[in-house]
Amino acid sequence: MFYREAGDFKTTYRDDNQTFPIKFDRLRYYAVLFVAFAIVPFIINDYWVSAVFLPFLIYAIAAIGLNVLVGYAGQVSLGTGGFMAVGAYACYKFMTGLDIWIGGVEYALPPINIFFSVILAGAVTAVVGVLFGLPSLRIKGFYLAVATLAAQFFLVWLFNKWAWAYNYSASGQISAPERGVFGIPVTGPSTSAWATYLFCLVFVTVLALVARNLTRGSTGRKWMAIRDMDIAAEIIGVNPLKAKLTAFAVSSFYIGIAGALFFSVYLGAVEVGEAFGINKSFLVLFMVIIGGLGSIFGSFAGAAFLVLLPVLLKNVLVGGLGWPTDLAAHLEFMIVGGLIVTFLILEPHGLAQLWRVIKEKLRLWPFPH
Amino acid sequence: MKMKLATLALSAVMAAGPALADLTFPSLSYRTGPYAANGIPFADGYADYFTLLNERDGGIGGEKINMIECETGYNTEKGVECYESTKGEGSLVYQPLSTGITYQLIPKATADGIAVHSMGYGRTSAKNGGVFSNVFNYPANYWDGASVAIKHLLDLNSGDLSGKTVALVYHNSAYGKEPIRTLEELAKKHGYNLTLLPVDHPGQEQKSQWLQIRREKPDYVIMYGWGVMNQVAIQEAVNIRFPMENFIGIWWSGSENDVKPAGAKANGYKALTFHNVGSDYPVFDDIQKYVVDTGKAAGAGDQIGTALYNRGLYAAMLAAEAAKTAQAMTGKSAITPADMIVGMENLEITEEKMAALGLPGFGPEFKVSCENHGGDGMVAVAQWDAAKGEWGLITEFVQSDQDVLQPLIDEDSSAYAKENNITAGCN
Repeated sequence: MFYREAGDFKTTYRDDNQTFPIKFDRLRYYAVLFVAFAIVPFIINDYWVSAVFLPFLIYAIAAIGLNVLVGYAGQVSLGTGGFMAVGAYACYKFMTGLDIWIGGVEYALPPINIFFSVILAGAVTAVVGVLFGLPSLRIKGFYLAVATLAAQFFLVWLFNKWAWAYNYSASGQISAPERGVFGIPVTGPSTSAWATYLFCLVFVTVLALVARNLTRGSTGRKWMAIRDMDIAAEIIGVNPLKAKLTAFAVSSFYIGIAGALFFSVYLGAVEVGEAFGINKSFLVLFMVIIGGLGSIFGSFAGAAFLVLLPVLLKNVLVGGLGWPTDLAAHLEFMIVGGLIVTFLILEPHGLAQLWRVIKEKLRLWPFPH
Repeated sequence: MKMKLATLALSAVMAAGPALADLTFPSLSYRTGPYAANGIPFADGYADYFTLLNERDGGIGGEKINMIECETGYNTEKGVECYESTKGEGSLVYQPLSTGITYQLIPKATADGIAVHSMGYGRTSAKNGGVFSNVFNYPANYWDGASVAIKHLLDLNSGDLSGKTVALVYHNSAYGKEPIRTLEELAKKHGYNLTLLPVDHPGQEQKSQWLQIRREKPDYVIMYGWGVMNQVAIQEAVNIRFPMENFIGIWWSGSENDVKPAGAKANGYKALTFHNVGSDYPVFDDIQKYVVDTGKAAGAGDQIGTALYNRGLYAAMLAAEAAKTAQAMTGKSAITPADMIVGMENLEITEEKMAALGLPGFGPEFKVSCENHGGDGMVAVAQWDAAKGEWGLITEFVQSDQDVLQPLIDEDSSAYAKENNITAGCN
């Protein structure tokens, strides 16, 4: 009734091509933005921000990044954790003042504002991602997965070994000093919940918009052409070198930003093996698969599913029912695992497909043919 | 969520009777994952001691103890979630039993005005209370452990280690890397060679490290391991027939769960400890009477008297004593987190106190002050007797080499103070 194209007349191509062509969708999108920017910051507290919102927003960025690579360009990657580590360590170096040693002489950059540190960290990760994406020009599928897996292990090993990356700290940990934007701290211990939340939200909003438009435009079409059949794409004039490497660059840029935020804003101190291990790669890949390959909304849905469900289950089982924590933790694994299997059997294309089906039904509601 | 916790707390209060305010002690435990074998006994000991105080004495100073358990799985993300979900409940002191989580909590808890007690783990330089105002690591820290291990080796070699080779097998994380600086400094002083062998999380794969040990034949192996890594390392050492009496683990590599899988071959394995072992103390009779027999024992109740259970019990005892100190100093029974910090800073453990608690000779005597949050670093060496299935102390509690450690602590803590713009000093 409300959710339909009928009556919503478009008079320009621009209008016709907009992201949300249906008015109801558009309003809903503005409503979500309004709630996220203008209401949530006022009611958020420390628990909600660090248990729910920050992980959700940050994993959403990582999932969008991986979705660009796996969902849109069809290049399987298991190196997400390693690329997040690159983002985190690059951000750390930029925010504490990058020191470069040439012939025993130190050339030190002053500490860069955290906002630009995060963006620069993304750029560094993009370069690293392109380097590790080079094998994708020769190998595909499982073999590429193994090559990116090598990237994962190599990068974790590197950041454990390379003392320069963690400023020679004795423990090998990196910890974010207090940094802020406009005088309001967003990293370090004395941050307020709303500031960290808004900081991440700005990144998520801008990056999601960019990703959505990239994937709708010619770049995204090239990625999808490569994904669907690379030989055919090459014949119709898509340059596989450019398409694959841009996919790796954009994807790594996103993942790098996610890693930088994960370290600086969310955790504040990380250890590469524990925070960016192979588990992280799988977690983000699961988010993408459960959310839906080749869908920006799916990235959000997948991140929400895998971040919120454990927290919810824990609070219900331990906080609500008062069960022993170990029993609850084991059950949590079983329930989350079971739900993943169930979801994938019922809807192999992920939560995004479920959402598409609902939208189709809504269009016909209340008078289906 | 908050509502649910509040209702739960409310129902707990109503069940407990007329107690108006509780003393909240969060327990960030891990009973799942690759570190569960070590996390369970500690969590059980921590919980059982508080249950004992509630059942026997009606809490601390008339205030019931409310222990909130939160499962971290030794994972820093879950640790943060646990911290945020429990800090609003008036939590007095955090003991996360994880160096990674401790590193997270040091700045956060300091900003929130809550104490962290990383007993024998965490950031070693937190010993300097002038910089780390809310963090305590008494009675001993990682560097004390490394130093006493070397002291023990010196004793075995009549004071001369020059030309000997010591290999450090360590968990490749902040935890395992902690002793490296100390061991390097001590190597300079005593002239032994140090070989570093990192083992990646979770530590199930150590073939190459032990192959290297078999090839290079170091005279001694020191291990900083945790969880499943310990069992694998001891098994591998048995497999290459490394003499077990030359194999010394830090206190986190010295529980029954670590040595039992290797069977009789693990006999003679040594581990450091900063408290006594066994269950031959009067307090265990009370635990049997008030906790086990009433069916209130935490977990499966099968860990009582093991090394890590004792450590959890010891941690709870020190927390309870600090709370008592705080009550005595402020004159009120319902202490706040700020009072707790004062209590911990003025904690004094004497032999009379321990004897009165039913733990005579259980740990070293020490006194905490603002300048010294880390105790005196008294550590003993225990040895595993596989036939009897128990640990036994083979040395006295000896003090670590403060000449070497104190400069390192000053250096590391001043670096932290500089990074975080903290003006060091006690007032």
